[in-house]
Amino acid sequence: MTMLALSGRVVEASARVYRRTWRGSVISTFFNPILYLLAMGVGLGQLVDDGTGSTTLAIPYLTFLAPGLLAATAMMTGAGDASWPVMAGIKWRKTYDAILATPVGVPELVVGHLSWVGIRLLFVTVVYSGVMTAFGATTIAQGALAIPPALLTGLGFAAIITAYTARLKDEQGLAALFRFAIMPLFLFSGTFFPLSQLPGWIQPAAYATPLFHGVSLCRGLALGTDFAVHPMYSITYLLAMLILGTLLAIRLMGRRLIT
Amino acid sequence: MTDALVDARNLRKEFGELVAVDGIDFEVRAGEAFGFLGPNGAGKSSTMKMIGSVSPRTDGDLRVLGKDPNEHGQEIRAQLGVIPQEDNLDLELTVYENLLIYGRYFGMSRKVINERIDELLTFTQLDERRHSRVEPLSGGMKRRLTIARGLINTPKLLLLDEPTTGLDPQARHLLWDRLYRLKQEGVTLIITTHYMDEAEQLCDRLVIMDKGRIVTEGSPRDLIEQHSRREVLEMRFAVGTQEEYAGRLEGLAPRVEILPDRVLLYTDDADATADAVAAQGIVPESTVSRRSTLEDVFLRLTGRTLVE
Repeated sequence: MTMLALSGRVVEASARVYRRTWRGSVISTFFNPILYLLAMGVGLGQLVDDGTGSTTLAIPYLTFLAPGLLAATAMMTGAGDASWPVMAGIKWRKTYDAILATPVGVPELVVGHLSWVGIRLLFVTVVYSGVMTAFGATTIAQGALAIPPALLTGLGFAAIITAYTARLKDEQGLAALFRFAIMPLFLFSGTFFPLSQLPGWIQPAAYATPLFHGVSLCRGLALGTDFAVHPMYSITYLLAMLILGTLLAIRLMGRRLIT
Repeated sequence: MTDALVDARNLRKEFGELVAVDGIDFEVRAGEAFGFLGPNGAGKSSTMKMIGSVSPRTDGDLRVLGKDPNEHGQEIRAQLGVIPQEDNLDLELTVYENLLIYGRYFGMSRKVINERIDELLTFTQLDERRHSRVEPLSGGMKRRLTIARGLINTPKLLLLDEPTTGLDPQARHLLWDRLYRLKQEGVTLIITTHYMDEAEQLCDRLVIMDKGRIVTEGSPRDLIEQHSRREVLEMRFAVGTQEEYAGRLEGLAPRVEILPDRVLLYTDDADATADAVAAQGIVPESTVSRRSTLEDVFLRLTGRTLVE
């Protein structure tokens, strides 16, 4: 069997597990973004649009927010799927040990796992993109255009966080990851407000973060507006994160499991 | 190199400073049940992982099914069955699904897997649990499922790491019976255990390991003959009187071992020894005579000090 075929078998098994467990994750993956759209986009948005009038945004706040949330949701999904389930496979359930006793090796395990996360991301982003369109934030065609960059964002995070999780001793490192990396990224990557609102000295740092590039691509494509930064930079950044993250994940997972 | 299924020469495994396996030689032949016996930390599991081609050796030579695991790990694993020490099943999935996904990792077609699952569920007496989720199953059932899973690819060589640890007596006996049947069908078994009765029941040949080295090797019967006597007479004395009597027991049996709470006399004829003791006017509070077991060999060779 080729590496790709064996990775496919890992995807197959993950899909089977998901079929039994999807109920647990459906709220966080599907309803949370809708709740954010309602609370922030519609609720807060009316305040932003009607209040003193927005001088920064030429578009309704909901329209501004929706594609940013698409990228942020992809990040959350990718990060979630690369943290607790990976820790369970390595340590809590040791299902990865069971898999590695078969012809499946570490590279096939990691690539299979990330491919499955990609499929999950596809569900999530397609559903979200539909919701975004239903809220009137974008058109069907433009909403669909934003799916590939959202996928790339989610996968990039999944790869790098799989590598991170492979080195962790316990779940405290996961709590720290979400508290000190994912949450600040979620809030300060241009999802909820343009980066020009931040103090000048901190802006370069924000430009260097991965979610900013995902948001920039999703928003530019969904709204047909200018990108916050040239899309080639963003695509290169996210692709590099995916490829380097995957290679690093394979290496660190091997170090952890093949002792 | 021989035509043995597993052939190890000066096999070594180090984890940094720690030497887990300190240059061991052994051979496992087709069709036999081979045991690794030893206290915790003896290096049994490390050796099993190297045979299972999931842990690279530090030094020495190793051939599994005629191949070097460093270069042909994937091919070797395709023909092995591995029963790990802890069950690592997918608890959310059913019994059937666990077997199905595992068969798929071996590249088997669904049709072949389904036929094999029917056989294995009958063999492990899990037919009625086919569509049960794994999580609520008893420890014995989970263990049997893990064994069924390890057999899905019809392996030539089955590796069992502490197969009955934590099981109740009924479950253990059922498992031994199944493993014995596998052996009769020609499957080669490699078993690690620290249960002496398990080794005596299952193993044709075994090695006793201690601190990363092989201390001795042979069939259970050989080892008992070499390192112990046929029978053991265990004597307990009234509190405070053991010391007084113990000295007088020396010479009454080929080997006398004095423990804090009792005295063991290793002998070829326990009745004759008991008579000899009585003739000396020594009156123990209670006497038990029994067959010598591997446990006696094991404790003699690896010591009675607790290893933690």
